[in-house]
Amino acid sequence: MSAPAGFEFTAENRAKVDAIIAKYPAGRQASAVLPLLTLAQAQAGGWLPQPALDHIADLLGMPSIRVYEVASFYDMFNTKPVGRIQVRICTTTPCWLCGSDEVVRACKETLGIGIGESTPDGRFFLREFECLGACANAPILWVDDDFYEDLDYAKTKAVLNALLKGERPKPGSQTGRQGSMPAGGRTTLKTIEQPDAGGPTDAG
Amino acid sequence: MLADQDRIFTNLYGDQPFGLDAARKRGDWDGTKELILKGRDWIVDQIKQSGLRGRGGAGFPTGLKWSFMPKQSDGGPVYLVVNADESEPGTCKDREIMRHDPHKLVEGCLLAGVSMGCTAGYIYIRGEFIREAETLEAAIAEAYDAGLLGKNACGSGYDFELYLHRGAGAYICGEETALLESLEGKKGQPRLKPPFPAAVGLYGRPSTVNNVETIAVAPTILRRGATWFAGFGRPKNEGTKIYCISGHVNQPCTVEDAMGIPLKELIERHAGGVRGGWDNLLGIIPGGASVPVLPRSICDDVLMDFDALRDVQSGLGTAGVIVMDKSTDIVAAIARLSKFYMHESCGQCTPCREGTGWLYRMLTRLGRGEGELSELDLLQDVTKEIEGHTICALGDAAAWPVQGLLRHFRPELERRIKAFQQRAA
Repeated sequence: MSAPAGFEFTAENRAKVDAIIAKYPAGRQASAVLPLLTLAQAQAGGWLPQPALDHIADLLGMPSIRVYEVASFYDMFNTKPVGRIQVRICTTTPCWLCGSDEVVRACKETLGIGIGESTPDGRFFLREFECLGACANAPILWVDDDFYEDLDYAKTKAVLNALLKGERPKPGSQTGRQGSMPAGGRTTLKTIEQPDAGGPTDAG
Repeated sequence: MLADQDRIFTNLYGDQPFGLDAARKRGDWDGTKELILKGRDWIVDQIKQSGLRGRGGAGFPTGLKWSFMPKQSDGGPVYLVVNADESEPGTCKDREIMRHDPHKLVEGCLLAGVSMGCTAGYIYIRGEFIREAETLEAAIAEAYDAGLLGKNACGSGYDFELYLHRGAGAYICGEETALLESLEGKKGQPRLKPPFPAAVGLYGRPSTVNNVETIAVAPTILRRGATWFAGFGRPKNEGTKIYCISGHVNQPCTVEDAMGIPLKELIERHAGGVRGGWDNLLGIIPGGASVPVLPRSICDDVLMDFDALRDVQSGLGTAGVIVMDKSTDIVAAIARLSKFYMHESCGQCTPCREGTGWLYRMLTRLGRGEGELSELDLLQDVTKEIEGHTICALGDAAAWPVQGLLRHFRPELERRIKAFQQRAA
């Protein structure tokens, strides 16, 4: 996790960079800074070393300081090395009302680290996050690209123990709930004819 | 209660795939070309007549907003920007639209774009919604492949490009001018208004920023008619609405129902009631974190619409209903919201940057009872020093929950202070 001397996008990511820049009008390529930082962070192992910021500044024709201030403004960017698997707990009021303190406790116990820390082996990074926008499925744990929902102490431990074993447990509701439907079953959309179009989506 | 055939979001729970084939069976993209050919004035007029008010929190009349855009093209670009930066605590409605019914949003972008003479649209989705962004991106790609977007969209002769842009974790980017700054590749710090985005918006061009739900209901309104939509709810508060119910209810959920449904009915019918029964209710934040909490006495009969909730000094906001039963430490619950605003303040205006920290620290201390009774007035004063003294509404949003606490739960704070003083004596 030490800082690399240089940074360049891989050939595969370079193609993505071009597609991203093409979304914005000519001369407005600075708009691509957030998606490029996101891409760079993924390539660099979950954080943004300064050479990556400078590389993006060069690509977009921005002063480096403008890229630095963007990287430090947005919560999803890490400007210091962190563990590879990012575990983020929502603790804002709706999740807190539904027991996020227990989720925090399960995370600390299972990973053996505190909020804002990474495990010594560099595998996990644990942090608090503000409202994740899935409040009807609170409390929420956000691991890398996926939300784990409807958690309690035991279910959080189960998710983390699976991650420790190198598995990726199925994201979404951990109580088996379909999306944000009431747990006791639907109260609406009972009579709409459901076209047979292949069953429920995976996105639920 | 709203009948199922009058619900707009028939795939709210993902019963069916999100994709174009299933979306067409749900009625999306039906006769879109004909709607476009009726012209921009017709679309704006229909939306005006439907009574639709913005679903992102402020409740500004949508048709009126659309009518502010320049009628004559100067040949340059004009933008629609969709605010999909859903991050108001208690709010999780746009997520369901984007992951389960994204074509309603995509088609809505085209029709809203036509109504304002837009050449392109950007959907700004919060960075944390990674899977939702993948789904929405796939829906946009499907629409392009089917000729529904891009040059000669839907065969209408109208050209409209639509792009998805991902944020990176900043609540403030849900403020429309901060969103525009962020979309331009800067820190998300709000702009002074005027000029308003309709005159000087994205890249300095005329732009309109609308919430996901606002845009996503537009195609159905245009197909079924303004009078159909206006037939639900009370005057000036018409239509259907997605409600998100979280916290101490037996069955938290997201659900679409008519505007103006009684709060109690909403919770009992859809969310399985308050944990421990209605009598176990302490208070409810009815419209996302920014609106003041209501005590049970008001919750008993208040209606869920803009005007009814304004009349009780709260607000419909995003209709993110946060329910708290009697086990709740109400001071801690509001203090956690203050911490949220402290964390999310962009730092541009001093009253907000400094004041949000003051609110959090004072509430945390007074919540332990450590302080003087006179400090409750000081706390109220701090909220008034923030409210109305900042560039954007985040300062107001930080002030209102604390004002709501003082308005309805001041005796609880006084009790704690007196108890602490007795212990200390």
